[in-house]
Amino acid sequence: MIVEVGHYALVLAFALSLVLSVIPIWGVVARDGVLMGTARPVALVMAALVAVSFVALTAAYVTSDFSVVNVVQNSHSAKPLVYKISGVWSNHEGSMLLWVLILAVFAAAVAVRGSGMPQRLLAGVLGAQGAVAAAFLAFILVTSNPFARLSPAPFEGQGLNPLLQDPGLAIHPPLLYLGYVGFSIAFSFAVGALIEGRIDAVWARFVRPWTLVAWIFLTLGISMGSYWAYYELGWGGWWFWDPVENASLMPWLAGTALLHSTVVMEKRDALKVWTILLSILTFSLSLIGTFLVRSGVLTSVHAFATDPTRGTFILAILIIFIGGSLALFAWRAPMLRQGGIFAPVSREGALVLNNLFLAASCATVFVGTLYPLALEAVTGWLDPANPAKISVGAPFFNLTFLPLAIPLLLAVPFGQSLAWKRGDLLGVAQRLVTAGVLAVLVTVAVLAVTWGGPVAAPLGIGLGAWLILGSLTEIVTRSRPAGGFFASGNLGKALSRAAGLPRSAWGTALAHAGIGLTVIGIAATAWGVERIVTMKPGETVDLGGYQVRLDGVAPRNGPDYRETVARLVVLDGSKVLGTLEPGKRIFAARNMPTSEAGLLTVGLGQVYASVAEIESDGRAGLRLYWKPLVLLIWLGSVVMALGGGLSLLDRRVRLGAPVRSRAPAAVPAE
Amino acid sequence: MVVTIVLALLTGAAALAVLLPLARRPAAHAAGDADTGFYAAQLAEIDRDAARGLLAADEAEVARVEAARRLLAAERRAAAVSADASATWRRRVAALVALVGIPLLSVPLYYTLGQPSLPDQPLASRSQESKGNLDFDQAMARIESHLSANPEDGRGWEVVAPLYMSMGRYDDGVRAWASANRLLGETPARLDNWGEALVAAADGLVTAEARAVLDRALKADPTSVKSRFYRALGAEQDGDSKAAIEAYSKIIEDVPPGSPVVKSLAERITKLGGTPPAAAQVAALPPKDQMDAIKGMVEGLAARLAQDGSDVEGWLRLVRSYAVLNEPDKAKDALQRGTTALADNPDGRARLEALGRDLKIGGS
Repeated sequence: MIVEVGHYALVLAFALSLVLSVIPIWGVVARDGVLMGTARPVALVMAALVAVSFVALTAAYVTSDFSVVNVVQNSHSAKPLVYKISGVWSNHEGSMLLWVLILAVFAAAVAVRGSGMPQRLLAGVLGAQGAVAAAFLAFILVTSNPFARLSPAPFEGQGLNPLLQDPGLAIHPPLLYLGYVGFSIAFSFAVGALIEGRIDAVWARFVRPWTLVAWIFLTLGISMGSYWAYYELGWGGWWFWDPVENASLMPWLAGTALLHSTVVMEKRDALKVWTILLSILTFSLSLIGTFLVRSGVLTSVHAFATDPTRGTFILAILIIFIGGSLALFAWRAPMLRQGGIFAPVSREGALVLNNLFLAASCATVFVGTLYPLALEAVTGWLDPANPAKISVGAPFFNLTFLPLAIPLLLAVPFGQSLAWKRGDLLGVAQRLVTAGVLAVLVTVAVLAVTWGGPVAAPLGIGLGAWLILGSLTEIVTRSRPAGGFFASGNLGKALSRAAGLPRSAWGTALAHAGIGLTVIGIAATAWGVERIVTMKPGETVDLGGYQVRLDGVAPRNGPDYRETVARLVVLDGSKVLGTLEPGKRIFAARNMPTSEAGLLTVGLGQVYASVAEIESDGRAGLRLYWKPLVLLIWLGSVVMALGGGLSLLDRRVRLGAPVRSRAPAAVPAE
Repeated sequence: MVVTIVLALLTGAAALAVLLPLARRPAAHAAGDADTGFYAAQLAEIDRDAARGLLAADEAEVARVEAARRLLAAERRAAAVSADASATWRRRVAALVALVGIPLLSVPLYYTLGQPSLPDQPLASRSQESKGNLDFDQAMARIESHLSANPEDGRGWEVVAPLYMSMGRYDDGVRAWASANRLLGETPARLDNWGEALVAAADGLVTAEARAVLDRALKADPTSVKSRFYRALGAEQDGDSKAAIEAYSKIIEDVPPGSPVVKSLAERITKLGGTPPAAAQVAALPPKDQMDAIKGMVEGLAARLAQDGSDVEGWLRLVRSYAVLNEPDKAKDALQRGTTALADNPDGRARLEALGRDLKIGGS
């Protein structure tokens, strides 16, 4: 009964999503408050129904109800409970259900928190959200129904793709979806504003927390996915410019731009049309990401759903929503009242620069990701026998993305320190001198110590240091008491001033410092050491200042797999640092081998080992890596997300006021 | 029934989500309220910041002017928008959508997609159903995972195949028997079972593939009852009643009287419009008379063989019959007489001796 109730709840949620996308919007157009008033309860009940449906599917997985086709195909009674649960979203149908669940929950959250929002905006936002939900619920019911039944039921399931049986999988997709789908709220806000024909600081005030939430989750989701690929795919890379990765990077870049432009709008009532466009584009890129992953147009690890019907359906959703919202934009945007104008050298000017660079780099990734697909489609259409296949990889992105990213990163501390409306570039430069000098000193020192090594690494570390120190400078400057830090009793005063700074200022500094950490982690990869060796038990090899010894090779049994592990000991001279157990696993249900990397964290770096081959005489073919500071790549993104979270806690309404007094004492009313 | 109630409750909740807000009085909610509130909050905050010393007095003044300017603009806008009107006809249409539209969409859609009568089948409760035989499921799962790791293990396939058949997993049964035949070599018994599995997997239809397998079984052992039965069934399905009746009758004559298959074969023959052979008519008698009749028939056979001892099939039936009637001495005696009578038929004698060994009454 549980399964069927879940199925019916999903159908009913579809009916309600249609109601939600029609009646409140009708209310907005007809200026009928009662019709608009249906939006909140309908959104809440719709979310509850989708939740019932999701819980029902999870229950089927947990109890191994093999009368559900989806469970048979993706679960196995011998699987540990955690993977039975994560199995729910490890497959196409279940992950689409999770997608819609998050969409509906976001809509419900807006409904709950929307009491202070203008009613017309709230109705428009929820209506737009309802339309998106309707499209995806229809997609699920028509092409990817997770509740299809099987009778008689088999006694055992087919197991889960072994690559996906991993703690990373339990977290990565939900985080990523929270990010992707979170931007649907910004999209719905944009559509709501366009329908209403009005957009202002109030709009920005209400959309900002949602954009931040989505951005935080997307940041964590991408970082989690990168770490998962790093240790699960067994070749030690952390970013592959794989189309699926790019699909999540594009909304992140656009979302980061959106985050900054909403600040301008909230404080200065400017950049309205651009912000609306960015909201639409960010969610459109999320949809394109979903399309790329779900349609199977890409052949990569992630594209486990290959089904043309689904691809066509998602493409139709894409065209309707992106095309529809852009058409609405073209029609209504000219009616929006433009806000104030501002000087190029000002905080808002810097944020425009930020937006330009982010948008350009996003466009670069877009072209690099979709051009090969478009080329193959067009040439395949002209000459079906011989479509042109090209692959665009790291060299392209290094040449195009990095030249855009580096100047942007260099400019970050400047933007952060400029005042609203009228900035004083010279004053800012003076304040940043200390940070700049220190960053250059760091670069030179690192270069000297590692003389003869790659030059890019010290430069990258210098850039990272500049970002961290520059972000701190802003906090230090703003908490500087009148007589300087070192006058008597002033240190305490400075601390209390620092504590009294708006949380968003701390959030900004933290997030920008997080980028600095990630940049340092990336730069340090240039010093990485890679060795491909075949070792006999007892043999020792050198690896970037450490030694690795193979103790032996042994078979082992897991709950639903067998594996052969190589036992490695990592030594620093004669001191044992720890052991590694990389292995090759065979999963019984799928009869498919996977390799498990062995990781040992030393400081912020890691020794990484994966097994290429185990020979019958006990020798092991191994890939060994030493990756200095590699953890900073992911720690940095966690710090970024923390900064976002801190900024989210800042609930104040803001107004950007020009500053008239001397620069060092400048405290914009942030 | 419970399902229907729960589905009805869910539908009701969905309809109420639309109906309840419609029943509310139109809110006296001016469009600009939230806006003015927003700017008023902003003004209050500037005062707070100024009081905490985060804003210099002149900066606070500038900010206050800016916020006040926006507040005034918002209030002007709010005044321009007339209070929200709500027409009764619009509310009626919306209510109709909730009451009729929602169920009209969701119920038929669900009945096309879902299977409301199919209960949940969690694995734990299913093992209890099968006589609390949890060990059986576990053993089964173990064998299956063993076979997926070692697909070339013919013995394993042979062990698991009858289990599949008894569980009703006929497709798996076909795969298992095919593998067993491929890996261990074809024997009449394995071919019989493979053919049977093919028929079962095709919902009782004797397919061309099944026929090919059964024919191979019959080539190896023409007396195989199973294969002959399914071939006859195939003939029946082809509409060739005459051949089917003939084949069924032949089987009845060859199996020991009293064998459980006799009755069902006789029924098939009758259904096809034929007359079951005498042996089968016994099956229709009450149990006590049945025994007498059988004994009478066996004695008749014995008498016939005493006159003409060259009928190999006759001797085989006689020995088998005595064994079935639990008369080992008579069976042994018949075996000896048969062996003697078939002195000039080494082939027939060998079969008879083999039967004796199978029934453990030989030893001559």
